[in-house]
Amino acid sequence: MNQFLFVVFPYLCLATFVVGHVWRYRYDKFGWTTRSSQLYENRLLRIGSPLFHFGMLGVVGGHIIGLLVPQAWTDWAGISERAYHVVAVAGGLLAGVMTVVGMAILIYRRRTVGPVFSATTPMDKVMYAFLGVVIVLGMWNTVAGSILTIGGEYNYREGVSVWYRSFLAFQPDAALMAQAPLGFQLHALVAFGLFALWPFTRLVHVFSAPVGYLTRPYIVYRQRDDAALGSHSPRRGWDRVGG
Amino acid sequence: MRVMAQMAMVMNLDKCIGCHTCSVTCKQAWTNRSGTEYVWFNNVETRPGLGYPRTYENQEKWKGGWELTKRGRMKLKAGGRLKNLMTIFSNPILPSIGEYYEPWTYDYSTLTDAPAQEHTPVARPKSLISGQNMKIEWSANWDDDLGGATETAHRDPMLAKIADKVKFEFEQTFMFYLPRICEHCLNPSCAASCPSGAIYKREEDGIVLVDQDKCRGWRKCVSGCPYKKVYFNHRTGKAEKCTFCFPRIEVGLPTVCAETCVGRLRYIGLVLYDADKVLEAASTTDDTGLYEAQREVFLDPFDPEVVRAAEQAGIARDWIDAAQRSPIHALINTYKVALPLHPEYRTMPMVWYIPPLSPVVDVVAETGEDAEDTGNLFAAIDALRIPVEYLAELFTAGDVAPVDAVLKRLAAMRSYMRDINLGRDPDASIPAAVGMSEEEMYDMYRLLAIAKYDERYVIPPAHAEQAHSLEELGTECAVSEYGGGQHDLFGEGSGTPTPIAVENFQMLQDRQTSDSLTGPSSTKGRVNLLNWDGKGSPPGLFPPTGPDS
Repeated sequence: MNQFLFVVFPYLCLATFVVGHVWRYRYDKFGWTTRSSQLYENRLLRIGSPLFHFGMLGVVGGHIIGLLVPQAWTDWAGISERAYHVVAVAGGLLAGVMTVVGMAILIYRRRTVGPVFSATTPMDKVMYAFLGVVIVLGMWNTVAGSILTIGGEYNYREGVSVWYRSFLAFQPDAALMAQAPLGFQLHALVAFGLFALWPFTRLVHVFSAPVGYLTRPYIVYRQRDDAALGSHSPRRGWDRVGG
Repeated sequence: MRVMAQMAMVMNLDKCIGCHTCSVTCKQAWTNRSGTEYVWFNNVETRPGLGYPRTYENQEKWKGGWELTKRGRMKLKAGGRLKNLMTIFSNPILPSIGEYYEPWTYDYSTLTDAPAQEHTPVARPKSLISGQNMKIEWSANWDDDLGGATETAHRDPMLAKIADKVKFEFEQTFMFYLPRICEHCLNPSCAASCPSGAIYKREEDGIVLVDQDKCRGWRKCVSGCPYKKVYFNHRTGKAEKCTFCFPRIEVGLPTVCAETCVGRLRYIGLVLYDADKVLEAASTTDDTGLYEAQREVFLDPFDPEVVRAAEQAGIARDWIDAAQRSPIHALINTYKVALPLHPEYRTMPMVWYIPPLSPVVDVVAETGEDAEDTGNLFAAIDALRIPVEYLAELFTAGDVAPVDAVLKRLAAMRSYMRDINLGRDPDASIPAAVGMSEEEMYDMYRLLAIAKYDERYVIPPAHAEQAHSLEELGTECAVSEYGGGQHDLFGEGSGTPTPIAVENFQMLQDRQTSDSLTGPSSTKGRVNLLNWDGKGSPPGLFPPTGPDS
């Protein structure tokens, strides 16, 4: 069972994530957008969206540090377990609260503002459910696990993080995850579920973060005979007969 | 010198009767889809008025276009690159749908489905955004013909600049129409604002387009454009803008708005310009110097050196010929009667306007004086500061002198041509008073008053060797696929795209360049339903049936 939950299922999700993005990019560039609803409503979005997104950037940054940097490295750098813990919890709490508050505002907005709600697809709703559960579980792990220490102290850097690195190195060790508290297990499982959904939702906009804007020239020139132009793309030469 | 060609337009505002035909045909061609209900690539504003979207010209509020930093460098008015990215999650200067208008339809079915009742059933307006009943409070043309001007016109940002002189009293009112499309700027701030780099300027003809596959819906172009001519399609989540009808331009046809213009006030042609000088011209310190600076960027297509450089830059010979015959070049540089719209936004717009003389003529005519006499008109142009200053706010960043000069040329043409039309001796002193020769004045009159289709639209088609990729020609056989084009789409997006120019190019050219009002000589394919008595089928409606049926 553990083998399925913490090895097979995550790899399936990861595969879907990667292949799904390639597929979506190749076949649905037109649908690759944030599908902004700012035109409909601005007052709530103006507070909620930056809170959520900047909070989320912090959360992602925290996860990268927490999951990918081995404890041995910080030990070697002379950062004590206690100091690391304080910084991580403080930063995580700040980013987490921003994210949760932002998300609450955005979900409230999406449900109550008529035009925004009617522009919400079923896929959006599924995605929101997964994203919400992941964030709430993550917040629970931070608050209950690290601050209130319900169910005893758990150093994820010796458990979950090691499992995650072993997972990325294709030498997964399910036992490490099986020993983790239920909150961490659920958080990881739902997160992998979200990864599997990711390429089929509006979340793809994460991968079009326009960092290139900082370096490109202001005005873009292009030639007309670009293949992307026009609604007629040249047909395949090998079209099936019949069918 | 780096020569580039730019497809440009000039509109003669004196001829605009505000019929909105351009807007309607444009909408039918391009934006009659859900998600673009409020999108008008072409709109006609009554000025003074708020414009569309409301007060879009107030750049202190909307922060579109460019500005100069203290060190004289160009910077987006909305902020630099980093600030642009930091505000990406919620664009603080994006106009809400309320600044445009909430599109609506009517609940027509109640009219036909209502049971017999005492009162006439009413079709209520339903919002196309929320689907709910709504109260209609604004639309794309709410202040058309100065409707409600006493309530709203004082909020016109251009009027505000000369407000101390204007009391909006009815007897002092002047008005004219301002048709607007995308300016296809030489220095487009929408493209510069786009984080994804999806907006690009075509190298061949300078048309500014949004790559729908690269656009990610960040909405920065909407706020970056000072003319607010990029719109957000709220269904697809992508930006859309006027395309200068590029599929038509590529085969030598004018844009839909120009083709259908009742007043024939639009001119389309090429302008050659020096791409190396654009930035320098756009950075001119003084706002009022921008009009002249932009004119300096344009190159004289008759100058052999320019022709040589153009050929080296890969511009085909027929394009250079077209640039020499271009009505745009003539109106901007030879006769100097066309002015750019809001040069102070520093985007180097490429849709220019001949300011209207009519507000001045109307006032003179109302006084009972001869409104076609140069002396009267010149005096009126000098005396009527309000319309002239208003025009200057629109076209020359507030500098009255160029507007004065243009209006005087138009006035001089009016009285000079009257003498000729009445069979009197032409008065050579009239053209001389505005620095023109008699011949120049007559040529200008020809271009402004009686220019035929192929003089108003000098559009060199894109080159035949590139024909395969041209939108309109569609060299791929559409019939090969029975049952429509895109199988995976249903509803309005399905089927093979209908070409924008369904009329055959040759047919259209014949029709437009013939001087007679009659239709094509052959009536094959035409059906006359007027003399059909309702029995059987009218001749010609169905193809002839075979002998055995």
